[in-house]
Amino acid sequence: MEDMYREIILDHARNQRNWGLLDQPNDLDHEEKNPLCGDRLRLTLRVDENNVITEVGWEGEGCAISQASASMFGEQILGMTLEDARQINKQQLLDNIGLTLTINRVKCALLALKVLVVGAYGQEGVEQWELIEDAEDD
Amino acid sequence: MTQLTLPYDIEKIRADFPVLHEIHHDDVPLIYLDNAASSQKPLSVIDGLNTYYREYNANVHRGIHKLSEAATEAYEGARKKVQKFINAKSRREVIYTRGTTESINLVAQTWGRANLNNGDVVLSTVMEHHSNIVPWQMLSMEKGFSVKYIPTLEDGTLDFEAYKKLLADNNVKLVTVVHSSNVLGTINPVAEMAKLAHEYGAIILVDGAQSVPHMPVDVQALDVDFFAFSGHKMIGPTGIGVLYGKRALLDAMPPWMGGGDMISKVTLDGSTWNDLPYKFEAGTPSIAEAIGLGLAVDYLTSVGMENIHKHEQIMTEYALERLAEVPGVTVYGPSADKKGAVAAFSVEGIHAHDVAQLLDSHGIAVRAGHHCAMPLHDDVLQVPATSRASFYLYNTPQEIDSFIDALYQVKKTFAI
Repeated sequence: MEDMYREIILDHARNQRNWGLLDQPNDLDHEEKNPLCGDRLRLTLRVDENNVITEVGWEGEGCAISQASASMFGEQILGMTLEDARQINKQQLLDNIGLTLTINRVKCALLALKVLVVGAYGQEGVEQWELIEDAEDD
Repeated sequence: MTQLTLPYDIEKIRADFPVLHEIHHDDVPLIYLDNAASSQKPLSVIDGLNTYYREYNANVHRGIHKLSEAATEAYEGARKKVQKFINAKSRREVIYTRGTTESINLVAQTWGRANLNNGDVVLSTVMEHHSNIVPWQMLSMEKGFSVKYIPTLEDGTLDFEAYKKLLADNNVKLVTVVHSSNVLGTINPVAEMAKLAHEYGAIILVDGAQSVPHMPVDVQALDVDFFAFSGHKMIGPTGIGVLYGKRALLDAMPPWMGGGDMISKVTLDGSTWNDLPYKFEAGTPSIAEAIGLGLAVDYLTSVGMENIHKHEQIMTEYALERLAEVPGVTVYGPSADKKGAVAAFSVEGIHAHDVAQLLDSHGIAVRAGHHCAMPLHDDVLQVPATSRASFYLYNTPQEIDSFIDALYQVKKTFAI
């Protein structure tokens, strides 16, 4: 069970990359919560004229899984277009964590993706998010 | 003795239902013909409840420990089974309740309270169960809208022309109708009713308590807005039921009961609501029962709803044929091809309760009374009470023969 807290998770959870909100004006500022466990994540982004993500800044609170996932996700999307970033799927986030998460913990790992998709794409993002969340694990 | 061809091996099914093999009184076997009130449970459901309590009993959703994860998996897995079973578009449209009654009350207290006002009309039918009359009457006293009822034709089917006229002449906001009557057995044309209701800008709620257990139901094909049903009538546990609702309606509705699990954020100054379906599921739910409902769905699916429906049609047709042979017996409702697996009847000169009591002494369980449909009995059938035999996937033609034999005995006892 200590595997759950392997070195890379603890490293990202303690030393979150891109921690801290970007000053206004920025191109995206959105917060999502996971009501079942109280995790909270706020993401700010700057994008260039080609919609490439040039700066990432985030803050939030939650368990090591949610924090590490957000930290890794933030690194991952830097340099990607928003369109490419939203294509990152559930499995890729779970692969970042590298663990088999049980049903109540999967939500922790996915919160970072939810903030991006819902924040950047509004109602369309909500619908995409629900498809991601409902996707069968297999 | 009858020779009917049934769509599946009935003895194999019966072997799965332990109670059917209990001795009813000291010496007679049980013939259970009270399925419209509640159905019996197969071993898989009984064992499923047992396994949950013995092996992974825990609260759902917030738990991080192994038991809670297992309980959550099973509880949410059951929701997906139900979603597939009724062909809802999303699992989020499947809200767990305690049963049909609670599902209808949920709609009344949320959608109804927010949308029904003075001058509006809720259109129901004279063949409703009390659970689809009283919630609307209670709310109407408070909000000032009126409740009107579509009459039936002589044969016990719904008067569709009257329905059209009521829609045209009134400001109908909601049509709320039983899919299959628990007394007459009438199967109402809810798809056509939905289409017409929508043309007049109304929405439609369907009470599916007597349909989902007995025939294939596709809520998207029916295009109904709300659909309510109970677990215990479909070989599942008591204390669990479902409200299906179209997403857009559910999203716009305020919550009903407040508490844990239904919130997104709570402060001392106010709260915001959780996503669907949890917005309507305050408090610790019926976890074991939901898991049991999922197992019931598995069982029904494995037999096949088409097969079950076919079996029951054969049974109902045969029962009506045999009942017609008995002098002094009146059967209510339409012909077998237009009805579900119920036969409400009266025996001339013998009160329904006496009929039921004497049948019970022969091991035969039927129901007697108004079957929670007093308006139907008082205004339409004009009898205070009826006896009702209702069938399910495990009943046999031989049981109907025994039932008819016993009915002759009842008449003999009363010297009629």
